[in-house]
Amino acid sequence: MALPLGLRALILSAVLLVAGLGIWELSTPAVKAAGEMTEYELLMGGADQEARVPPPSQIIVRAWEELSNPFYDNGPNDKGIGIQIAYSLFRVLTGYFLAALVAIPVGFLIGMSPLMYRALDPFIQVLRPISPLAWMPLALFIIKDSEYSAIFVIFICSIWPMLINTAFGVAGVRKDWVNVARTHELGPLRTALTVILPAAAPTIVTGMRISIGIAWLVIVAAEMLVGGTGIGYYVWNEWNNLDLTSVIFSILVIGVVGMLLDAAFAQVQRAVRYQE
Amino acid sequence: MASKRPFNAVGNSLGDPFSGDSDLRHGVGCGCSACGGAADSHPHSEAADANPLRSSDDILERAVESAVVRSVFGHNELSRRSFAALLGGTTLSAALSAVFPMDKAKAAILDTLGKPEKAKLNVGFVPITCATPIIMAKPLGFYEKYGLDVDVIKTAGWAVARDKSLNNEYDAAHMLTPMPLAITMGAGSTATPFIMPAVENINGQAIVLHVDHKDKRDPKQWKGFKFGVPFEYSMHNFLLRYYVAEAGLDPDKDIQIRVVPPPEMVANLRAGNLDGYLSPDPFNQRAVWEKVGFIHILTKEIWEGHPCCAFACSAEFAQTLPNTYGALLKALVDGTQYASKQENRKEISAAIAPTNYLNQPVPVIEQVLTGRYADGLGNVKNVPDRIDFDPFPWHSMGVWILTQMKRWGYIEGEVDYKGIAEQVYLTADCGKIMKDLGLTPPDKTYQKYTIMGKEFDPDQPEAYAKSFAITRV
Repeated sequence: MALPLGLRALILSAVLLVAGLGIWELSTPAVKAAGEMTEYELLMGGADQEARVPPPSQIIVRAWEELSNPFYDNGPNDKGIGIQIAYSLFRVLTGYFLAALVAIPVGFLIGMSPLMYRALDPFIQVLRPISPLAWMPLALFIIKDSEYSAIFVIFICSIWPMLINTAFGVAGVRKDWVNVARTHELGPLRTALTVILPAAAPTIVTGMRISIGIAWLVIVAAEMLVGGTGIGYYVWNEWNNLDLTSVIFSILVIGVVGMLLDAAFAQVQRAVRYQE
Repeated sequence: MASKRPFNAVGNSLGDPFSGDSDLRHGVGCGCSACGGAADSHPHSEAADANPLRSSDDILERAVESAVVRSVFGHNELSRRSFAALLGGTTLSAALSAVFPMDKAKAAILDTLGKPEKAKLNVGFVPITCATPIIMAKPLGFYEKYGLDVDVIKTAGWAVARDKSLNNEYDAAHMLTPMPLAITMGAGSTATPFIMPAVENINGQAIVLHVDHKDKRDPKQWKGFKFGVPFEYSMHNFLLRYYVAEAGLDPDKDIQIRVVPPPEMVANLRAGNLDGYLSPDPFNQRAVWEKVGFIHILTKEIWEGHPCCAFACSAEFAQTLPNTYGALLKALVDGTQYASKQENRKEISAAIAPTNYLNQPVPVIEQVLTGRYADGLGNVKNVPDRIDFDPFPWHSMGVWILTQMKRWGYIEGEVDYKGIAEQVYLTADCGKIMKDLGLTPPDKTYQKYTIMGKEFDPDQPEAYAKSFAITRV
């Protein structure tokens, strides 16, 4: 085989996809066009016995319909997929960057001070495993605004990986480098910014990458709960109509957007990586 | 002088309606303090009026009393004044209270509606056919007709609808009839005064069972079943409990009742998480359409004409924006009236089915609203009043709901059944709007009901709650 490994892998992926979709398509037989239906059959939505998972061809058609007009606005409860994703991304990014603003400085503090580390550790350990959605009723009650509550839920779920990774990265910076900084009589702030930050950056960015993934997972659930707008609301609204074609389409969209977010942070990660 | 006018100068209709001296038109010859004129050097001192109005609440109360008194006297000022002078204000007030409990029914409606203070409103709804008047008022232009620009916002369930209403994200919302009672009393939420000036639909619910249970049509066979209801404080919960308890099953021990948001009912029934549910339409008909369930009975067979969903808002909204509140109520009562007419039902089905509203197939909505439907057992049924629309919020309905909340232990201790029902269910507001629209509201606010053969007397609520074989009282 003269083909390089990457190309062979690509061909295999394509073959697997086509084979999978082909089996799926063939396993859902076309609904027989019934002749004259009785009134009862009409009221029952056809004589067909039970509902099935739709074949991929239907999903592709639906995807084409939605993607060819992503920004339509038919009132507050019916907006295009592009608008819904924009709402979700706005919530995720707002909550996420607010979390970064808190988590990175606090992580630095914890990483640099063993006292603070021990003092704050019990709180972090208790708060960290709480499912972000469990905060929702409390947030709605205290914040009194569903939009800010959704952002708060993103904030609270994305803060922990960043906080812990920052603390871990900062605490793990080689003592030699900090000592060298001390012999050069650098102040603590300068040491933090010019020595510790670059040294801990790969660990911090890894934490940020984990956080954005979690934030994107949580926003869908949060929006299904609160409703109104966003990709999570879209899934809920189509579930409401038991429209599996749209649900599968939106699942794919959620996956693609999540992948793009992750890829963006992978780029950042590459940029801050260094060899000792 | 004008700057020192007391509160009762705000509107002409706000003179004491029980006084023979005041003219509610405040023309020449009115003896009320506001009309004392220049003859008195201090006509507007507080002592001048025996009942100066101190707060906006007083004004509202007075406005309602005036409206009632004037309606009784057919807007004939002279007969009212001579009658009042003859009897004395207090006696007149007491005599009228006997037919119209004004001292408790603190209505929030203004006497004459002006331009809405705020035209842009958010009204929440849960996507079910009970919300038909609230939803259809948007596409069919009822809000616009009364000068309002309303966005109807779809909500995932009633817990969120309640929280968004308490947060003022919604100016008003579609609620279940027991909810404003529960919110006002602080059952299941912080206590906030809520009012319910109009019911939306009567009937319109059903008990659906999974297709595997076609042979279990007798509720006595339901031991161990898992049922879904949309919310704890719902007619669905109380009717299901009532129905199984009449068959001798204890709803807390012999069956399991779970709260499931309506849109998730069909999916849970299909997955076998539920054996059945008492839920709002279209999800009963949708279960039939999806061939996973059949309609066991319609709830109208339990209680013909029972209330289900309602239009509710905080008392604060009605008081701070009285004209907006009035216009909104008018739009909805008008819409409810329109929806009650059979000939409009097909048009409404098509208007509320799109994604922006219910997001359901039109044939499903049509079967619900027209009452010609497939029951999932092979029959086509024809029940035109499967769902009906009637805005009047009977106090007796509120009292019945409270007796069931007491019966099942949702509320404890002494309950002022009538007091709470009258504070929350604003029959006076609904009645006034109905009159404005040329409809005839009922002349009383309490009536007896017969539910599965057992009589309910709203005058004996506590005895009724105790009278059941299965009760927590």
